[in-house]
Amino acid sequence: MTSTTVAAPVGRSPARAAVRRFRKHPAAVVSLVFIGLVVLAAIFARPLSGHDPNAIDLLSARSGPSGAHLLGTDSTGRDVLSRLLFAGRISLGVGIASAAIAVVVGTLLGSIAGLLGGWVDGLVMRLADVFMSFPSLVVIVVVAGILGPSVLTMVIAIGLFQWPVCGRIVRGVTLSLREQEFVLAARATGAGPLWLMRKHIIPAALPPVSVVATLAVAQAIALEATLSFLGLGVQPPAASWGNMLTDAQSLTVIRSEPWLWLSPGIAVALTVLAVNFIGDGLRDAVDPRSAS
Amino acid sequence: MAAFLVRRLSINVLVFFLITIAIFALVHKTPGDPIAMQIPADQLNSSSAEFIAQKRAELGLDQSLPVQYWHWLTNALQGNLGVSLLNGRPVTEVLGERIGPTVELMGVGLLISLLIAFPLGILAARRRNSWLDYGATVVSLGSVSIPVFFVALIVIYVFTLKFQWFPSSGISDPTNPSLLNTLHHLVLPAVILGFGNSGPFMRYVRSSMITELGADYVRTANAKGAPPTRVVLRHAFRNSLIPVLTVIAANLPQLLAGAVVIEQVFAWPGMGQLAVSAVNQHDYSVIVGFALLIAILVLVSNLLADVLYTVVDPRVRLR
Amino acid sequence: MSDGMLATDRSYAESVNNGPLLRVDGLSVDFHTEDGVVHAVSDVSLNVHAGQIVAVVGESGSGKTVTAMSVLRLLPKSAEVMADAIAFRGTDLQAMSPAELRKVRGGPVGMIFQDPMTALNPVMTVGAQVAEAVLLHQRKPDKKAAWARAVELLRLVGVPDPAQRVKQYPHEFSGGMRQRAMIAMAIANDPDLIIADEPTTALDVTIQAQVLALLKKAQAETGAATILITHDLGVVAELADAVVVMYAGRVVETGGVQELFANPRHPYTKGLLASLPRMDVEVDQLDPIPGNPPNMADPPAGCAFHPRCPLARARCETERPLLRDVGAGRRSACHFSEELA
Repeated sequence: MTSTTVAAPVGRSPARAAVRRFRKHPAAVVSLVFIGLVVLAAIFARPLSGHDPNAIDLLSARSGPSGAHLLGTDSTGRDVLSRLLFAGRISLGVGIASAAIAVVVGTLLGSIAGLLGGWVDGLVMRLADVFMSFPSLVVIVVVAGILGPSVLTMVIAIGLFQWPVCGRIVRGVTLSLREQEFVLAARATGAGPLWLMRKHIIPAALPPVSVVATLAVAQAIALEATLSFLGLGVQPPAASWGNMLTDAQSLTVIRSEPWLWLSPGIAVALTVLAVNFIGDGLRDAVDPRSAS
Repeated sequence: MAAFLVRRLSINVLVFFLITIAIFALVHKTPGDPIAMQIPADQLNSSSAEFIAQKRAELGLDQSLPVQYWHWLTNALQGNLGVSLLNGRPVTEVLGERIGPTVELMGVGLLISLLIAFPLGILAARRRNSWLDYGATVVSLGSVSIPVFFVALIVIYVFTLKFQWFPSSGISDPTNPSLLNTLHHLVLPAVILGFGNSGPFMRYVRSSMITELGADYVRTANAKGAPPTRVVLRHAFRNSLIPVLTVIAANLPQLLAGAVVIEQVFAWPGMGQLAVSAVNQHDYSVIVGFALLIAILVLVSNLLADVLYTVVDPRVRLR
Repeated sequence: MSDGMLATDRSYAESVNNGPLLRVDGLSVDFHTEDGVVHAVSDVSLNVHAGQIVAVVGESGSGKTVTAMSVLRLLPKSAEVMADAIAFRGTDLQAMSPAELRKVRGGPVGMIFQDPMTALNPVMTVGAQVAEAVLLHQRKPDKKAAWARAVELLRLVGVPDPAQRVKQYPHEFSGGMRQRAMIAMAIANDPDLIIADEPTTALDVTIQAQVLALLKKAQAETGAATILITHDLGVVAELADAVVVMYAGRVVETGGVQELFANPRHPYTKGLLASLPRMDVEVDQLDPIPGNPPNMADPPAGCAFHPRCPLARARCETERPLLRDVGAGRRSACHFSEELA
């Protein structure tokens, strides 16, 4: 008598409902298209730009946008557009690789914490707290300072600082699954933890984890750009949106050669913004309660 | 409540020691010799090899790692962090003179971020799904998404180079270090730092306010005939502060990340600028000192969050 | 303070004395949700006369709380409230400006909510919250007087040592004490009407009786009319003068409490009464109504009660019965009401 039946929408799978809700988020849809274009531009960087990103041409150094160099050239005459497109590869690569590390580590530690409980759970969660309470950028600055800057170190460090959010979600999902009867029954028939992870935990955690993974990509791209800007990430001559701005730390460059810093700055800002919008749209799509 | 704080304190102190072990491990990875770190660069020459060996025994570096760690830690906690490899000055002194400017930047930056986050977050929560809410979401996403260094370059281009309203370098004019001049120098870096951190804060305020505005006691206040501003500020806002203040305190170290970048761009003589130049110049002893300072900042922020939590919530407060 | 206000209120009330104190006419409330419109309340009318206690009875989801909240427009924005009239002392509350409405809220109309655990602000002292109710309706805000009145009110509702307890926070009060504080806020400005939404549901059984007794006393002393929202017919029998029975967002039966209890004219009311333990009749077992209340997003066609109704026949599945007079001031919305007479 007390049980109230909730309206069950007929003929709508959760995934399709999620797609429908995502499409109601105009900024997220536009962002998705934009990121698609950025990915394509990064893949076809060479034919699109028509220049070698590292070809030095001192005679045409510091020239503004022109027919030959659509976005101008830098202090050694390298084509800015070409460097911008090749930098896109690095930025997206670092973003995705770091987020992947975060998701893998988070899923592993989160499900271990949830499945084992007790002191293991306590330890993992404290560890998550510690990682979250440290400012990742500053710590990576210190680590890069001692171990020397390298892209691999940076990717691992960014990923390691992003796992707690994912870990907490997976832990929560695992805890709620653990109580459910079908899981208890499965365990009684001898199903191992790996089976549980594959069959139940990962599918259940996938929607929220996809949201945090998207946001992690955005954060990682921004972090990479910042570290490279400080000279502690991607090292020249390899181009990254961040290190393309390193040159622009003098007032002269800022004033008289805006093409040098505007285009990579806009590229990183729009990319991170778009990925964040996608994450926002995904969040509304997979969790209707968070929307309106 | 006392038990809660003692428990949190002990966890934090334990974490702090684990961090120092991590830092110590990193020190051992440093390419430089730990003894060389103790000696000013200009005194470091071939004839000092004997001196180093002697010093090595003196400092107990021929002893086991745990003993060395303990030795290093006790020294560090007494403020003995060695000397800068660049100029031979004690690290504590080098770091010490940089703390003031960074605290100034972070403090004013925090204030600005709260001045942006609170009104916007409250308004967005009150008018959910209005243009104002969407606008606030865009501002907050923008503040998280647009890298601080790019915002800084744009701001310098517009306000320093075009309009020439604000300076973009240093903490004050060396020839005229008045309070007004210092404030003038502070405007751009602090506003950028504040804007960059306002996004997450705004989202916390908004979601916390949405929760509280839907609470039963808000309906009670409405039923008493309380006007909307009173319902929002006296009732909902005060409750929303409990989680928000805790989050803000715990996020204080994140402000340092923005400060590191901003100090670099604006030639602000703080810890961040020191850290970046120490990294670029392989001044390991200064880097280690900086790392230790971060650990302390994190420790203090976490404790502050715990204390705030117990102070603002009467349900936890000790009577 | 409240004395002056009270005088004008009374004289105003007398000038329109011929009508009911509260007249709700044709009230419908829709909630717009992702899965469509939910008609939480449809075409509900009820009158409350001065000094009268009207009980609104129904299972959870029957729309009784939504009805009560509509009176002072306390529903969330997602609710669309439509009514021919929600008139208090002859003035339509729907036409009032927010500022005018605030004078009514907590002034001549006091509210008591279901769950005293959550209905009080956890970070304000109980005294501050009671004093606020007073302060908001003072002509000239006087904090000191409001606090003194808060202490007096808490004493009135039976909170021991009120001078000390005003300084305490809600979590330091027991559930029953919190509900007493809620009642103190509701009667702070000598209301003409108290709307009590399940005032005892969230309390322990032993405390329920005390709070009911207090409500009865408060009602007797202030002479306020009361709308009592409840699913507990025992409470209705003890307190109410008139009863409005709701099912699936509609009124299914109204009448005086004695006639309605003695001779229910709607099968739902009858079912509710059969599920009530009685002192006067020995029964072997209680008969709860079979089935569940309908899903309000998709209510049954015809009479919403027909899937659970022992009298149901083909007509009930297609034709919704209208609320009609069934004699002796009684109204029932059942095609076969006469069969129950």
